[in-house]
Amino acid sequence: MKRFKLANLYLIGVFIVLYAPIFYLAFYSFNSADNMTNFDSFTWDWYKEVFQDSRLLIIVLNTLVIALLSAAISTIVGVFGAIGIQAVRKKRIETSLLTLNSILIVSPDVIIGASFLIFFTMLGIQLGFTSVLLSHIAFSVPIVVILVLPKLQEMSPTLVDAARDLGASRLDVLTKVILPYITPGIFAGFFTALTYSLDDFAVTFFVTGNGFTTLSVEIYSLARQGISMKINALSTVIFLFTFLLVIGYYFLNQRSVAKLSRPEVK
Amino acid sequence: MMQKTRNWYLIPYTFWIALFVIAPIVLVVYYSFLDLDGNFSFVNYQNFFTSTYLTMTLSSFWYAFLITLFSLAIGYPTAYLLTKTKHKQLWLLLIILPTWINLLLKAYAFIGLFSTYGLANQTLEAIGIGRKQILFTDFSFVFVSVYIFIPFMILPIFNAIEKLSPSLVFAARDLGASNFTTFRRVVFPLTIDGMKSGCQLVFIPALSLFMITRLIAGNRVITLGTAIEQQFLVTQNWGMGATIAVFLIIAMAIILALTSTKRKKGATT
Amino acid sequence: MKKLIQLFVTIFLISGVILFALNRLNATQGYSGGNVLNIYNWGDYIDPDLIDQFEEESGIKVVYQTFDSNEAMLTKIEQGGTTYDIAVPSDYAIAKMIEEDLVIPIDKSKLPNLKHIDDRFLDLSFDPDNQYSIPYFWGTVGIVYNQKLLDGKKPTSWKDLWDPAFKNQILLADGAREVMGMSLNSLGYSLNETDEDKLQEAKANLMDLTPNVKAIVGDEIKLLLANEEAGIGVVWSGDANEIMSENEELNYVIPSEGSNVWFDNIVIPKTAKNVDGAHEFINFMLRPDIAAKNADYVGYSTPNKDGLKLLDPEVREDKRFYPDKDVTDTLEVYENLGKKMLAHYNELFLEFKMHKK
Repeated sequence: MKRFKLANLYLIGVFIVLYAPIFYLAFYSFNSADNMTNFDSFTWDWYKEVFQDSRLLIIVLNTLVIALLSAAISTIVGVFGAIGIQAVRKKRIETSLLTLNSILIVSPDVIIGASFLIFFTMLGIQLGFTSVLLSHIAFSVPIVVILVLPKLQEMSPTLVDAARDLGASRLDVLTKVILPYITPGIFAGFFTALTYSLDDFAVTFFVTGNGFTTLSVEIYSLARQGISMKINALSTVIFLFTFLLVIGYYFLNQRSVAKLSRPEVK
Repeated sequence: MMQKTRNWYLIPYTFWIALFVIAPIVLVVYYSFLDLDGNFSFVNYQNFFTSTYLTMTLSSFWYAFLITLFSLAIGYPTAYLLTKTKHKQLWLLLIILPTWINLLLKAYAFIGLFSTYGLANQTLEAIGIGRKQILFTDFSFVFVSVYIFIPFMILPIFNAIEKLSPSLVFAARDLGASNFTTFRRVVFPLTIDGMKSGCQLVFIPALSLFMITRLIAGNRVITLGTAIEQQFLVTQNWGMGATIAVFLIIAMAIILALTSTKRKKGATT
Repeated sequence: MKKLIQLFVTIFLISGVILFALNRLNATQGYSGGNVLNIYNWGDYIDPDLIDQFEEESGIKVVYQTFDSNEAMLTKIEQGGTTYDIAVPSDYAIAKMIEEDLVIPIDKSKLPNLKHIDDRFLDLSFDPDNQYSIPYFWGTVGIVYNQKLLDGKKPTSWKDLWDPAFKNQILLADGAREVMGMSLNSLGYSLNETDEDKLQEAKANLMDLTPNVKAIVGDEIKLLLANEEAGIGVVWSGDANEIMSENEELNYVIPSEGSNVWFDNIVIPKTAKNVDGAHEFINFMLRPDIAAKNADYVGYSTPNKDGLKLLDPEVREDKRFYPDKDVTDTLEVYENLGKKMLAHYNELFLEFKMHKK
């Protein structure tokens, strides 16, 4: 019993540290003075400003749509890539594919951004929505592969062979055996890709243009004059929204899982 | 029959690799051979092998090592304990959630928290330790970096522990193994792959950190990433920036080769 | 499998809805199609009310985008793929843009309001006869100090910063030209020095400063100084002005050895699509009442002599931000030293940064 308490204490500690800066930001979003150091008096003004600013709304929606689309598409490409890599029999080809895969993870954002910029202008793609979406997909794919691959490796090959022997078609093997098995990896990949996209500043900065802006680029350029508490208010709203979404999604999911009592896992 | 399947799955992926990995690498390698006037030369490589850049490379590796070590030390128990909680998937999502708040904003929050008159120092004073300089020290740099990377360490380890068949643990228990022995002989060895991918996900990006080096460490720590950013954006010496990038890519390939998981198909049995 | 399909279908549906909403929003805001002017400026470097006023008076819709460094802006414009009609680079970047043919000449016949600009700010070395650029703001580099934290000690020159009493008190701006310039000035050299011996001397001089340097930072220097994280900061005058209004203990001084004077000018990049609109905008910004209102908001020094008259006497007679001629004579503009020299400055600055305490 004592051990259990200690464990809980540890987790609580980790969560406090993880959320401390966020609560700090949220706290000062109610500050009537426009800074994060001296709390003057309580105000809702920053929130009112956020909801009246249509330019900001456009930027938030831009960010969201890029994150969702790039995460979804890169997950699809990445999952197929991982399955493909897993199927490669030659160790050397596999290693070189994995090394190529990881290059985008290691490359500093500035290099990715600069080389994509040169690349897009060479191809004659107008900078804006398309170029940003393409680059976000590009740098999210490797992360999906890395997160999905371990799941695939752990899957016993006899499972696939058994399904084949029982007369399952290739598509059946994919949809009924492989994909359900690696679903947790796919989810992890999707959410990490989402994270990368929402957080990215440097790559977006290089490949955006013609009036298209995402939130992190906007925040970065605002930092020159010191960050307005309006941005804090906006972040708090986004945080609460995603928080509720995550919790809501989880409990909805729980109920449906309970009902079906996990048919995927034998 | 595996041959055909492989080709089909790899089509979109190889397409992506060719377009967004190989093409940029070719560009980077090409630029690394250009001097400031755009002529072909080895001057950048000569420059890299001066004491300034070698020291920088060493210190980059040292900090990345520290960051990975602490992320693992804190992340492993967190992941392990999370798998024991009731709503583990929810808690895992809540670990990822803070990463969706803009990094720059969080960095500013840390400046506030760690500043001379900030919350951290007020706490230190209250418990009698007294005010310390926290901001612009190695400690704050490593702390904030670990803060940023830790979800990427927890995620793969959590998945690795999750896939551990509980029957293995029960079996060990039935055979009379203590908690600790079970962990050491059963759980730990079987989650090494998870730790490896976690370390890759932390160590490699930690080599190329920038922005945090300025905001939290006040340029007291210079990483390869900072140097590249400076070369590209400030000096506009793309050749030198690309050269450092080439070394970073080589370093990464070596790390991957060292930590690559041995293929043991169906090794759990 | 069902879970996966559900997830992806939901995501694509949501994205579709958002894209549609964005399309509608952009249309109602007038950002798509029609008479649009693309402005590329530093973050928060214009009074937003003035953009509204300009849109109202001219019927042109403004798309405002921001950058955070001259170099980043240069990279973007060099590569093309964008259609900025207006950009606001600093002096040395303008010289570079002219050299690389990235700007188009300005038709001064379309700018009757140019007469309001003080002659001192026209025909400068980086753009002789102002063929390509029109002054927007100007300022200096100097020292901000906090009387309270320094026990009454007041630095008045660059040399004073080397005083051992200021241990761990100084914040420096993260710029090779600024920091090297400071060291060169303190030794009595020009901040455009290219002589190798003098540069090495300046670097060695900087190494001696290390114990006093708390951090080398970017824009957050304002926040840190206003919060009394350190007693001294080497900053641009506009930043100094801004934080002095937040913290009364702070004061600004232009060092006696001389320092840098800088200019941010408006240019029309060669990628411009709406050249007439760009001229109209420049002429609008040159109007004294507009220039005064903008200076009031941004807090930097305006080169508009008639606009200056409209400002509060307290502001326009402040010698720290509108110094007399004998002070401005000691100031130098950063010359475009060429890529090689700039790279060398950065190497030296990097060595200084790597120098541990």
